[in-house]
Amino acid sequence: MHDFAERVLSLLDRREVGYADVRVIESRDRTISTKNGKMGTAASDESLGLGVRVLVNGCWGFASTDDLSRDSLAAVAKRAVEIARASARAKKEDIVLADEPAANVNWISPCQIDPFSTSIEANLDLLLRADAEMRAVQGITLAEASLNFRRARQLFMSTEGSVIEQTRVITGVGIEAHCYADGDIQSRSYPNSFRGQYQLRGYELVGEMDIVGNARRIAEEAVALHKADQCPQGKRTLILDSSQLGLQIHESIGHPIELDRVLGMEANYAGTSFLTLDKLNNLKYGSEIVNVVADARLEHGPGLGTFAYDDEGVAAQCTDIIKDGQFRGYLTSRETAAMVGAKNSGVASLRSGGTMRAEGWNRIPMIRMTNISLLPGTWKLDDLIADTDDGIYMETNRSWSIDDRRYNFQFGCELGWEIKGGKKVRMLKNPSYSGITTEFWNSCDAICNKDHWTLWGTPNCGKGQPSQTMGTGHGAAPARFRNVNVGVAYGG
Amino acid sequence: MIDPQRCQEIFAELLKYSQADETELLIGGGTHSLTRFANNTIHQNVAEEGYALSVRCVFGQRTARATTNRFDVESLKRVVAEASTLARQQQPDPELLSMPGPQQYEPVHRYFVATSQASADERAQGAVSAIRIAERNRQVAAGTLSTGEAMHALLNSRGLTAYYRGTNAEFSFTATAPSSTGWAKQSTPDLRDINPGELAEEACRIAARSAEPREIPPGRYVTILSPAAVLDLVGFMFCDFSGQALRDQRGFLTGRVGEKLFGENISITDDAYHALQTGAPFDGEGIPRQRLNLVEKGVVKELAYSRQSAKHAGVALTGHGFSLPNEMGEFPMNIVIAGSTHSIDEMIASTERGILVTRLWYIREVDPYKKILTGMTRDGTFLVENGKVQHGIRNFRFNESLVDLLNAVEMMSKPERSSGEESFPMVVPAMKVSSFHFTEATKF
Repeated sequence: MHDFAERVLSLLDRREVGYADVRVIESRDRTISTKNGKMGTAASDESLGLGVRVLVNGCWGFASTDDLSRDSLAAVAKRAVEIARASARAKKEDIVLADEPAANVNWISPCQIDPFSTSIEANLDLLLRADAEMRAVQGITLAEASLNFRRARQLFMSTEGSVIEQTRVITGVGIEAHCYADGDIQSRSYPNSFRGQYQLRGYELVGEMDIVGNARRIAEEAVALHKADQCPQGKRTLILDSSQLGLQIHESIGHPIELDRVLGMEANYAGTSFLTLDKLNNLKYGSEIVNVVADARLEHGPGLGTFAYDDEGVAAQCTDIIKDGQFRGYLTSRETAAMVGAKNSGVASLRSGGTMRAEGWNRIPMIRMTNISLLPGTWKLDDLIADTDDGIYMETNRSWSIDDRRYNFQFGCELGWEIKGGKKVRMLKNPSYSGITTEFWNSCDAICNKDHWTLWGTPNCGKGQPSQTMGTGHGAAPARFRNVNVGVAYGG
Repeated sequence: MIDPQRCQEIFAELLKYSQADETELLIGGGTHSLTRFANNTIHQNVAEEGYALSVRCVFGQRTARATTNRFDVESLKRVVAEASTLARQQQPDPELLSMPGPQQYEPVHRYFVATSQASADERAQGAVSAIRIAERNRQVAAGTLSTGEAMHALLNSRGLTAYYRGTNAEFSFTATAPSSTGWAKQSTPDLRDINPGELAEEACRIAARSAEPREIPPGRYVTILSPAAVLDLVGFMFCDFSGQALRDQRGFLTGRVGEKLFGENISITDDAYHALQTGAPFDGEGIPRQRLNLVEKGVVKELAYSRQSAKHAGVALTGHGFSLPNEMGEFPMNIVIAGSTHSIDEMIASTERGILVTRLWYIREVDPYKKILTGMTRDGTFLVENGKVQHGIRNFRFNESLVDLLNAVEMMSKPERSSGEESFPMVVPAMKVSSFHFTEATKF
């Protein structure tokens, strides 16, 4: 890896190239899934490639290849420079990077059990046992279970002298039970929808999730949903479980705080943000108990947004996003931190927040969520429900949508419970809720404590052109919101 | 780009190391370059080249796949060994079919040198010409111009050989005015078909026309949907036009095939050979793609099948399977929706009160059987009254059933190749529907 990166950097004419970095990535993936008692997917994937990013005459160029021969490396270095020269045709200002000290690091994410050391037989046996438990419940028409493992070793090397090697191991596990009957499909997932829970951990996560032990319960819930009443429509008190709250954070806090969106760089695709620069330190984002951080450090937890250094060589940091309800910070890069600092010194830090990440060797880094987490509150969940006279508790995401400036959102969940007099009194099907971001977060009046807090992994966050998929982390404990619009998705 | 001869050489080498009863090789990849602009300047400019080879081994009734992007001999040995190990550890699948033998394919020509050879300078020039138009309109440009070439080959030990190459070019443009936005997009295999200036002018006109958007109450409205909006909506239903989905009872067609589910004026085909379509004439198992009448005069007629799902259903092969092994089976991806001859202007002129939608965004499925979708309008939403576009309006959230939507189509334009964000490009018309349920308004 070092030879490839050094060679590319050595081929660049430093009289023309103001800055360059090279990322070499070697990755390995395993996907095993089952469906209705049979193997669904059994696939292994390995990849090795290199991407080089250059600043020439104040403009970016990027090129990548998986051909690591000498000729190819020379060609890719040349191509990156040519592309940067072409970028200058529409230059307004030179790109400037916020200062960052060079680093020389070798970091490996903690992993107790290497998932690739586990046998396929053992993987399949686990999934098929969970599958059998789900299908043992009468009425289940489709049972699915999956395991996903990834190990990526990345070398980052820059003309500023950074040499950063990181190895990250990710494990994902999940099950889904579906029930079709009488023109209706109901589903339950565990530990989360859309292929389960993902963390920066080894196979030990799989054991902790105990998919076999939870399979029958979720299957029974999927069947029971058919007989449940429809979620009512109107303004209600809402309690969200931690996984749904994780996605709520992702969509209505994580994306709007991306400074590239704020500055218009995503206007054509992912959209912009209501969090214009004047809002920083000048917006009551949520109620006073709402505290949100962007924390990529390992001490925050083994999230999909945990690393030692981002993909432009900036150390992992914890940034206050919302402090006591007030909007305090953006997700930034070296380029955007410098832009904002230059425009309005004092509005934002001149140092990058360290959030630049790329899907792989063939993609350019961009601002991505790290672990965007709601810090825990003080409530026990049982006490919170007992304290709720009339409300709805919603579990596990089923659908999600938000406008391109991140104001109006609507979420659907797999299962709801009506709460009356401090007790769950009846199951509700097809629960949904909608709102405006800041109104919603300002209506938060209770957050559960750290015993209920989970760092969820969202492995499928899409952004950018060409599109990049990234894993993000979201820590959350169940929380209560007042006067929320529920049920409109099925409204007449 | 990897040519057919090189594919054969790789496969011959691969077979030396395979002890499997049957062996299949997929090779895919190519080049893709994209120039991205925002704030009237190019801010990202990238190029990539990459290929992957994927090996599937079969031992008895067991199969699995391993993939690598390394083509040296040691990597070929390793990927075969990995696929073999994975396959041997599977449980037998009694429904696994032997690989297909040689097939005949209808030729398609979707490779254009003007696209594959486009330079960074050409893309930058296209971007600059569009940016200048935004600047002349005192608006701000954001968008992309991309070009690329891709190949896809499938070979197996029973003698099947399939090879496809094609090019793709895409231009997408968002114009931002002080209080509004507009958008236009086009994708085609031939870069020469794209006129960035025309598309930029269109987006700027939409932005200007929707200035100072006013809030109107949500509710059910007569609605005119652009082709891009139509494709982003209907794209959510085609994964259910699948024999495997029917077997899994996972989609909205469970128990409905043969029913008149949509309006009499709705006819939909899957046609990989349509002049405006792209992609290979074979599926993930190397089976030739067949034309399908998915919907005829509102009746759900035919589904897509893989070899395995076709055998289970007792029907002929359609050539729509994904590469094995997989969970989804198959679905149609060369959609052509029959339209009519009405222009969007005629739709507007015929509307007493309604909404005109340029683009939809962040569409997600709320209910899998009722096929309720939610999403937002964006980049140019208008109130139409008395046959004329009156003014821009604040964007709406919608919750609408696709089944209801396709029973409410009153007018359609001539179908065109269109690109959106939520689904693959299709050949679709604009539609005027008698009712579309907007449930909330947002802040802009």
